[in-house]
Amino acid sequence: MDTLADVLLRLELRAARLVAAVSRLAGRGGGTTLPGKLLRKAHPAAVDRLAALLPEGSVAVSATNGKTTTTAMAAEILGRSRRLAHNSSGANLVSGVASTLLAERGADLGVFEVDEGALPEVVSRVRPRAVLLGNLFRDQLDRYGELELVAERWREALAGRPDTILVANVDDPLIGELARDHEGPLRTFGLDDRSHARASLQHAADSKYCVACGRPYLYAAVYVGHLGEWRCAGCGRSRLSLDVAARQIELRGLAGSSFMLSTPEGTARIRLRLPGLYNVYNATAAAALAGALGVPVDEIAAGLEAFTAAFGRFERIDVGDRRVLMLLVKNPAGANEAVRTLLDGPLPALAVLALNDEIADGRDVSWIWDVDFEPLLAVLERVIVSGGRAEELALRCAYGGFDRSQIEVVPGLEAALDRGLELTPPGGELVLLPTYTAMLRLRGIIARRGHVGEYWQRTASR
Amino acid sequence: MKLRVGHLYPDYLNIYADRGNIAVLRDRARRRGHELEVVPISLDGGVPEAIDLFYVGGGQDREQALVAGDLARKADGLRAAVEGGAAFLAVCGGYQLLGRFYRDRAGVELPGIGLLPLHTVAGGRRMIGDVLLDCAWAGETLAGFENHAGRTVLDEGAEPLGRVLAGFGNDGRSGYEGCRAGRVYGTYLHGPLLPRNPWFADLLLADALHHRTGAAVELEAADDGLEAAAHAVAAARARRRGGRP
Repeated sequence: MDTLADVLLRLELRAARLVAAVSRLAGRGGGTTLPGKLLRKAHPAAVDRLAALLPEGSVAVSATNGKTTTTAMAAEILGRSRRLAHNSSGANLVSGVASTLLAERGADLGVFEVDEGALPEVVSRVRPRAVLLGNLFRDQLDRYGELELVAERWREALAGRPDTILVANVDDPLIGELARDHEGPLRTFGLDDRSHARASLQHAADSKYCVACGRPYLYAAVYVGHLGEWRCAGCGRSRLSLDVAARQIELRGLAGSSFMLSTPEGTARIRLRLPGLYNVYNATAAAALAGALGVPVDEIAAGLEAFTAAFGRFERIDVGDRRVLMLLVKNPAGANEAVRTLLDGPLPALAVLALNDEIADGRDVSWIWDVDFEPLLAVLERVIVSGGRAEELALRCAYGGFDRSQIEVVPGLEAALDRGLELTPPGGELVLLPTYTAMLRLRGIIARRGHVGEYWQRTASR
Repeated sequence: MKLRVGHLYPDYLNIYADRGNIAVLRDRARRRGHELEVVPISLDGGVPEAIDLFYVGGGQDREQALVAGDLARKADGLRAAVEGGAAFLAVCGGYQLLGRFYRDRAGVELPGIGLLPLHTVAGGRRMIGDVLLDCAWAGETLAGFENHAGRTVLDEGAEPLGRVLAGFGNDGRSGYEGCRAGRVYGTYLHGPLLPRNPWFADLLLADALHHRTGAAVELEAADDGLEAAAHAVAAARARRRGGRP
């Protein structure tokens, strides 16, 4: 028999689902956050209860960069033989997880992308079978605080969970340290192909100094930001051995990449339709997570090879007789990879850069000065800067050596998109580099014109 | 003219895009026909000779603690340079280290080098947001972003950098931000500070040129249309949302 609490919970769930529908009707997005917010307020333990109903439990993925793509890749793999509750819209706070649980009742497995700051609460409520930690880069210091603070909160979240499988990118020294201390099952992953190492740490590199003794790390290979094969000459710590590794990596410009996926259960050649080393990281992460849940290597390979792009992350959208290529940029490490990837393809002559400073973007825009935009600026003939802080971007370009007369300041996103398309020849491709809220809005504008589905309709990841 | 900028701990204290400040100084010097030589000054070693302008930025707590001891060993050299007329800009954590001490939440004092008449005490809630300052002494305003837990208290009679028009400022209470003593300037404002506040970049360059040549120098005006537009947007942000938790 139902207890009174069960009856109340059911009523609240119904009410929250109604809110989702109303929210969509009212044009307030996809109802991806609000129902969960209300549910959480009315019945804080509802998230716990809903998560406990998932027969296969759930997994949580967090990282500064790549969590949306990694989670979408994992969903592509895991969703082939089971029904998922996956917060594919990027609503990655507790409220977003709650909304997804609400909308996807009857799912077998929860696959959740989780905001770095929200991970402790999500872990304590959802009690995931596995937690994947991808990387920690400097990002929105006004919102998250310092990197080590985030790492410390992650450590506390894992401390009480010896049953949780930790899937850890040990190429990141801070995450390597969490892996070393984890009491439960551990599956490490990373890259292992020194031919793709960078010459040196880039300017914005974080975690340069040993967490234990303060000496600078020495790298046998740097792959992305501070991720790589590291060791400390001071205390002798070094990267843990890799359970899951990407070897023999081949980058094929913007067309994609391939690598040999090596796991304890077997190896497979993976042909990825996404470019860049950072996507090899994302794919290796998703493979390590799926492997930890017992998915065979051939299924992992099939899922990864079918994957195209998460919304706004290297997403190509046809707009009439032209095409846009949208690359989300949100912090120095991610933006550096976007720039590096772009320069691997046919060199663009024009780009639209869009900088917003809302809470989801980070209100502090100083990070744009830590991005190595210069190699991109060196090939561009003209740049259109847009968004709420278009003028700051204009200064970034000007002091990056770009000719001031070739910088167009067009704060309105729709006007900037139109101006960019106007300057793009028919059949050509326009590069858009927007921050998070600018990306959502640009996609919304393009969707309104009927060229792509809205972000909550998951068209991009299918 | 060749100017020498001593950039203290660029590999440790660089969290708020401090290289943007250096890029602005370099470009604005070049536009006036001067060359900027940037000398990195890191752990170990002394204070290089003939520096016209020192710059120190901010870092995470750990990095700040890693350099504090080294900075103390450089204190005499830095003081001598400043007494000889070198200019100094210190931002965020660097600003705190230029005071007499920083007291953390456990009550432990990290000694500073005392180039600015102030001290800093760690507080609870971080003061984060857009800031706008009125620098009446220069007839200008400064727009930037602050993010600090430290509450900085100026000594009696010390000169602040500006009056807070919007934002938290030194301690969230006094109504003032930053500090200046001769050619030494300290502030919590980053964003970074100089791109949208070109008058202040030029003031530092003029100070540096004065030190180099021994005579007051007036810099010719520059085309600052983009800078003015960015300043206006940042100032509006501060007025709308600065100083609110």
